Formats: sequence, C-alpha cells, structure tokens
Amino acid sequence: MFSNIMVPVDLRHLDRVSTSLQVAADLARLYSARVCYVGVASAEPSDLGHRPEEVAALLSGFAKAEADRHGHRGTSHLVINHDPTTELDKALHDTVEQIGADLVVMATHVPNVTDYIWASHGGTLALHSRVSVMLVRG
Amino acid sequence: MDEQDSTQGIPIPEGAADLIDTDYMIGQDNIEGQLGPFGFDVHNPVFLVSGLSIVAFVFYALALPEQAGSVFGWLRPWLTSTFDWFFLGAANIFVVFCLFLIVSPWGAVRLGGKEAKPDYSYMGWFAMLFAAGMGIGLMFFGVLEPVYHMAISEPLGVASPIAEDGTIIPENVEAARNMGLAATIYHWGLHPWAIYAIVALALALFTFNKGLPLTIRSAFYPIFGEAIWGWVGHVIDILAVFATLFGLATSLGFGAQQANAGLEHIFGIPNTITVQVLLITVITAVALGSVLRGLDGGVKVLSEINMAIAALLLVFVLLAGPTATIFADFISGLGAYATSIVPLSNPFGREDTSYMQGWTAFYWAWWISWSPFVGMFIARVSRGRTVREFIICVLLIPSLVCVLWMAVFGGVAIDQVLSDPTASSVKAYVIDSYVPELSLFAMLEGLPLATITSVIGIILVIVFFVTSSDSGSLVIDTITAGGKVDAPLPQRVFWCTFEGAVAIVLLVGGGLGALQAMVISTGLPFTAVLLLMCWATLRGLMSEAR
Repeated sequence: MFSNIMVPVDLRHLDRVSTSLQVAADLARLYSARVCYVGVASAEPSDLGHRPEEVAALLSGFAKAEADRHGHRGTSHLVINHDPTTELDKALHDTVEQIGADLVVMATHVPNVTDYIWASHGGTLALHSRVSVMLVRG
Repeated sequence: MDEQDSTQGIPIPEGAADLIDTDYMIGQDNIEGQLGPFGFDVHNPVFLVSGLSIVAFVFYALALPEQAGSVFGWLRPWLTSTFDWFFLGAANIFVVFCLFLIVSPWGAVRLGGKEAKPDYSYMGWFAMLFAAGMGIGLMFFGVLEPVYHMAISEPLGVASPIAEDGTIIPENVEAARNMGLAATIYHWGLHPWAIYAIVALALALFTFNKGLPLTIRSAFYPIFGEAIWGWVGHVIDILAVFATLFGLATSLGFGAQQANAGLEHIFGIPNTITVQVLLITVITAVALGSVLRGLDGGVKVLSEINMAIAALLLVFVLLAGPTATIFADFISGLGAYATSIVPLSNPFGREDTSYMQGWTAFYWAWWISWSPFVGMFIARVSRGRTVREFIICVLLIPSLVCVLWMAVFGGVAIDQVLSDPTASSVKAYVIDSYVPELSLFAMLEGLPLATITSVIGIILVIVFFVTSSDSGSLVIDTITAGGKVDAPLPQRVFWCTFEGAVAIVLLVGGGLGALQAMVISTGLPFTAVLLLMCWATLRGLMSEAR
C-alpha cells in the first residue's frame, strides 16, 4: 500500500517524537516500505552543527540507527531553508513531492490555544498535501 | 541513500572553509521552555537584561522627561562636536579598508565556503539591502539635504546662491548647486555603505565560514577568543539589541509624525497623537504580518514591492521634472563628489563646522549605531558571495543608486528653488521655515499629478518603515536567542510588538528625541568596536581558502 514513508524529525526534540517513530517503523515493516527521515535546517550555524554538512551527518546517523533498530530501509533528507521558523510548512510540503513520498507520519502536539493563532505544522501539511498524512500525538 | 537538498534553489555550501575550533555550542546558554501555550528559546542573560533595561530607559524618559531631555539633548551635540575627528577619521578608514579588500587577494574568499552559491538573486538581494538600511532616509532627506546644503549649511565654505532678501545670486549658483549634491551624496554614498559593509562582512565571515553563531559577538573571536561567550560578548550583544530597538522605535515614532504631516498636507487629516498612534499600530501590524511570513515570504516580498514603487516614483520625477537638467545634475554631482570627497572627509582644520559636526559627524554616529542591525541583516542574506563581489555590491552599487536618487529628487527641488524662488514650496519648507517632513511633498507639489505622487510618497514612507521594522525584529530575535535563527515564532511577535509599543509610549509620553539622542551616542563606543572589527575580519580572512 505504501512504499515511501516520510517522517519529519527535529533532532533537538527526539523525546517528543518517539511514538511517531515507532508507528512509522511498524508501518514500514508491514508494507516493506522505505522510511525517509526529513530534517529542515537553516544554513547558519545552529546547536545541531556549525555547517549544514554536520547537521546532515547527524540526520544520516539517526536514520541509520533507526533502520538498524527497527529493521527497515532508512534514509535521510536534509532541507536547507532560509527561515525554518516560518517556512517549515512549505518546506515539508515541497519535500513530500521532491522525494516521492506516499505517506507522511508525523508527530504533533495536543491542541492548545496557540492553534487558533498558528496552525500546527502537521495539521497544515494534512490540509494541503495530496498524500496521506498520519498525525501521531506525542 | 542519504540526501541533502534545498528548497527554493539554495545550494548546500561545499568546499574548504576555516572553521573555528571552539567548545561553545550554539544555544548552550539558552533557556528553553513554555510560557503558557507559547514556547521560548532565549539567551541568558542577553534577552532578559536587554528587555529589562529597555523598559527601564523608557520609564526614565517618561518619569523624568526634562532631565532625560537635557542629559541626552546635551550629549548628542557634545559627542558630535568633541569626537567629530574620530567619527570622520574612522569612516575614512572603513572606506579605505573596503576598497583595499576589493583589490586584495582576500577578495576571492567566498562567504559560506569555497563552493557556496548565493542564496538570493541580485534583485532580491539589492531590494533587501536598501529596504532595511536606507529606504526611509532617502524618502526623508532626498529633497531636504541637497537644498539645505546648497542654501544654508555651506559645506567647505561654498557660498549660498540665495541672498538674505531671497533673491538669487547668479555667480554662486553653479558651485552651490554642485556642492549641494556632492555634500548630500557624501552622506549617502561610500562612507555609510562602508560602515554597513564592515559589520555585515565580519558577521557573514564568522558565521558562514567560521561556524560561530549569527550574533554580533562572534566577530570579535580573533580578539577576545573564548571570552566572547562570557560578559564581554553579553555586553556587545546587549548594546546591539539596545541600539537596534531604540533606533527602530524612535524612528518609527518620528516616521509616524512625518506620515501624519504628509496626510495633513494632502488630505487635511489632523496632525494629532491619536492619528500617529494609529499609524504606528498599522505599521506594526503589517510588520507583524511580514515577520510571520518569514524572510522569503514577507521581508523579501515587501522589500521588492517597495523598491519597485520607489523606482516608479523615481522614473516619474525624472520624466516629469527637467529631465536634461537632472541628467546634467547626476553627472556634475558625481563629478563634484569625486573632487570634493577628500576635503569633505578631512577631519581636521575645517571651518564649516555646522556642516561637519551638525550633519556629517551626526550621520556617521547614526549609521554606526544602526550598523549592528543593518549589518547583521545584510550578513544573513549575503551567503555565497565572494568578499570582492560582496563589497562591490554593498559599497559601490547602492552608492550609485543613492547618487541617482539624490540627483533626481534633489536636482528637481534645487531647480524649483532656483528657477522661481518666490513660488517654491520647497524653499518655504526648507529655507524660509524648517519643516523637513514636508520637503518631499513640497517638491512633488511642483510636478504634475501631485496628489497621486504624494499618496505614493506616504505609502513608501510607511512601507519602508515596515521593512525596517520586520528585518529589525528578525535581527533582535536572533541576537537575543544566542544566534539561533530558528527560535520559536512568538519571540519574533514579541519583539515586533514591543518595538511598536515602545514607539507609542514614547510618542504619547514624550521622550522620542531624548532616546534617539541616546541611540546616536551609542555610535561612539561602536565606532571603536567597528575599528576592532576591521582587524578581526582581516585576521579571519587570512586563514580562509581563496
């Protein structure tokens, strides 16, 4: 049913996405699908690394560890964006098409009052994406 | 298969760059958490100290307006008259340093690594350079300055062509006209852009090539070493936040007054605090929208729209005014600038102190106090350029555009004053009585379709403020987040709103002038800081692959 699952991850907050990672891994095994872990970062130095290559290496290491742990095919894809704070939604939307994903599994927070001001990233992606989006409360 | 890719055509930087080996992790001093439903990620203590001290200074200006007014009112002229030589000398060093870098082998160093590709097209890049740093000044001073320097301030002792009784003295016209333009171009040409270029280059180099956080302190690593992560760095960053927020807030207040004066002039809308507060609220709301849409979706788009409207206005004035005279002004103004730049830059033994101290030293202090904000913004959008390309584009091309702007707006205004002094509104508002905020509208009045162009003028004033406000909020947010460019969105909303609120409070309670004078006084320590930055940049460039 699914062959290419996209899993957006923020490497700084892995503790908040453990459920969605597990769900993605289970689905990958069930459908023998590839899992692509997607990160979005700016070109400027950040707490994840001085340069994008360092962030890409971190993400790649994370994907490999997940693949080894769950026994699926894991890849990584780093998106460099000028302003991830405000352009994350568009970056993720574009990446779905770019990597040819047919399912997105994504962690999302329990709704709160801020959702009336800023929609959640997962909600926005589900609203606009052509592919199935599975949101997992973390 | 591991992939790296980018959106909107941003390539991954590749190739050699000399990363600084530091144990400091970006964000290690940050406090991260939730305030109710809102997340935050701020640097400790930069966020708190700068926020609280801004509130304290606003209270001071409001609680003791007379004392604040007298202290800062005295401080500004004292600084520009005592340290005029320092400001002028330092600005000359910045220009020479930039020109040296263009021809030096370090001009080949690429910001972001040897193989990095530019993030933005030339058009988007130029639009953002202008809109952040100078747009509003061009609107305010484009008419005022050329006329004022031609007729009143007498730079280098060039005599005014207008006699006491208002008649024209023909033999003084040509020299005064050229000097009016040259003296204005001097304030908007190589020197101010060199100041911005120095800060922007240092920040871009230490962020994109050395791997340090995008914050002002990073540029001082070669001088202070690891100490920049301590109080030395905190003080530098806090000063930068301080100068940026107050610079923007006070400009916002004065800008609202200018826009209100224009609205009164054209539509008879009363010039009151209520209207001005409303204007600030509108400007802040639009800036907020731009901030929420981000660098590409908001700031860049608004900047491009703004530049397009400004270009249209420029072309209209060029065609509706005396076109041949304007072109002649452009050439002769440029020639006069080339021949007068050395005597105008001379810091010693000058007799034209009202021009040199009242205008030049004031301008240099002003540009320098804005340089952390504009420089950091320019740095953020300049990745992928070589140092040579960067300096040529940041220094020479904006200077040429400023020359064109001043030749067109100033040239038309001067022509109006000299061809019919009794009927000239420009003469009435600049020479007879000093109402600078109406000078642009007075010039447009002498051209066809004055109401339409004046409305466009007001829109431009407002939108240029929006583009300064949104880019300023991005910069303050980045500094107070310890160099993180992806801090939670509510923080940007906070700074943008805070800036508008400070402007409103100062406008209503008084104290705009006092705090603006204080901002300008930060130009003095920053001048020394910028001189150090030149040295640090050179050190940083030496170890880069060329």
